[in-house]
Amino acid sequence: MKILVAVKRVPDPETVVKIAPDGVGITTDNVKWVINPFDEIAIEEGLRLKEKVSGTEVVLVSIGQKAAQEQLRTGLAMGADRAILVLSDQALEPLAVARVLQKLVEQEKPELVLLGKQAIDDDSNCAGQMLAELLGWPQATFASKVEVGGDQRAARVTREVDGGLETLNIPLPAIVTADLRLNEPRYASLPGIMKARKKELKEIAVADLGVDVAPKARIVKLETPPKRTGGRKVGSVQELVQVLHNEAKVI
Amino acid sequence: MGNVLVVAEHLHGKFPKTTLVGVEAGKQMAGHLGGKCLAAVLGQGIGALATELTEYGVDVVAVDGPPFAHYLADAYTAAIAEVAKQHDVEVVMAAATAVGKDLLPRVAARLGAAMGSDVTAIVDKATFKRPMYAGNAIATVALAGSPRVVSVRTTAFDAAKKGGEKGKVTALSMSPDATSTKMQFVEFAETKSDRPVLTEARIVCSGGRGLKNGENFTIYLEPLCEALGAAMGASRAAVDAGFVPNDLQVGQTGKVVAPELYIAVGISGAIQHLAGMKDSKVIVAINKDEEAPIFQISDYGLVADLFKAVPELTEEVKKLKA
Repeated sequence: MKILVAVKRVPDPETVVKIAPDGVGITTDNVKWVINPFDEIAIEEGLRLKEKVSGTEVVLVSIGQKAAQEQLRTGLAMGADRAILVLSDQALEPLAVARVLQKLVEQEKPELVLLGKQAIDDDSNCAGQMLAELLGWPQATFASKVEVGGDQRAARVTREVDGGLETLNIPLPAIVTADLRLNEPRYASLPGIMKARKKELKEIAVADLGVDVAPKARIVKLETPPKRTGGRKVGSVQELVQVLHNEAKVI
Repeated sequence: MGNVLVVAEHLHGKFPKTTLVGVEAGKQMAGHLGGKCLAAVLGQGIGALATELTEYGVDVVAVDGPPFAHYLADAYTAAIAEVAKQHDVEVVMAAATAVGKDLLPRVAARLGAAMGSDVTAIVDKATFKRPMYAGNAIATVALAGSPRVVSVRTTAFDAAKKGGEKGKVTALSMSPDATSTKMQFVEFAETKSDRPVLTEARIVCSGGRGLKNGENFTIYLEPLCEALGAAMGASRAAVDAGFVPNDLQVGQTGKVVAPELYIAVGISGAIQHLAGMKDSKVIVAINKDEEAPIFQISDYGLVADLFKAVPELTEEVKKLKA
């Protein structure tokens, strides 16, 4: 079985981003970059399936600047087999990302594509669903459990939906996007890091793929939201109940 | 002058508040476009629901039949795209619920449309505001071309109210081929609770890692929720630690809530949690660490051991209500 995992380089989720002077982007000085946390879960799931199904190959794909090599090397150090970096100076929007991935899927022919449910920078939550439609494949987003059948022709996926858990059966090939509880990603081991240096990391210029990546959405302006200021401390539970009842009038 | 199409989700024969929020946003959008607001109701045996929705002053397209008995992304996408084509739709919208988030990007890809996720304001017919970076930046985004696809944040618009001129119901006819699905619904394990739904509750009490384990959610937080008639929520840290199901998660990657009162218990206030609750009207934080960032955005803070303060608070609330 071949599994493709999409990986995005994003600012560390603990970073409070600052808006750049141009007013449409963020300042990237002193920003620590990491693998998008949900993509890390997707990589882990790929590795777990590889451990269960012998002969499985896990291929990572990232789209972005050359610096995304760093995140791909981390994924290789976790245990992925090889990586592809599609070089693009311009940040691509979800539909363009899906078109690039579609092209790579056509070349690589994986049975399963794993993605994080959302990138924690633009928070769009779109690329996986869009890729599924472009390929005409079934999708199971927000996965908390993935079981691939013994014949590797279908998967049973439990999804985190509003009000509970939904289970779907989907034939492979398919798209699965990872939610928080799917697994706990491993750390790269020292031998893993050593091995990762020798693993294949192929670079392709986005222009060479011949897909339409022209943006359809334009950020006109980026603003800091109005700051909520802290109120005051209360001294006791009794005082809290009193202010909530008499002052805020919410209970 | 195109129309707006709102995907109207329903559960147990009812429209949840989130659907009505989508309808309200759709009506606002139609105002900007100068077109009509249509709503699509998909399912099996949904005639009565379709008629009910017309009372909100929208025309309803009913997509009724066995292929739509359960929500499945591929079949629903095909149907919505077909409705959009047949009804001169310029903007497809839905509330950014689990279904909305799953469905709309797929619809956008099918239509080759520009998409805006989790929109909090409509600026004009093609310009929207949406949060990015866990709500630390608000982007004004211009979407090019037609149609456009927009999911709306469920706390950002009011729920539509019944009234105005009643709409009409039309049925969508599609060939069975066009609605074929590769996906099979197996089951929905619904979390049963007598408490209000998290995204609809007037009061939300959330617990964090400070509660230490899942049992303490039951022992400490549940009685407080019951006394207040509140929904229960949790921080990502508490979900991560396995204390409670992800369904309760409030934050950037969970649910976004904006109740009248939000009580954060044992929650430090990580950026990603604040993204899901900072628009609440009144925020209360109970935490033993007086340096916890949650206090910086709370209207009322109580520095206390939650294992003492929460049972006390529960008793005081009961007394007040008695």
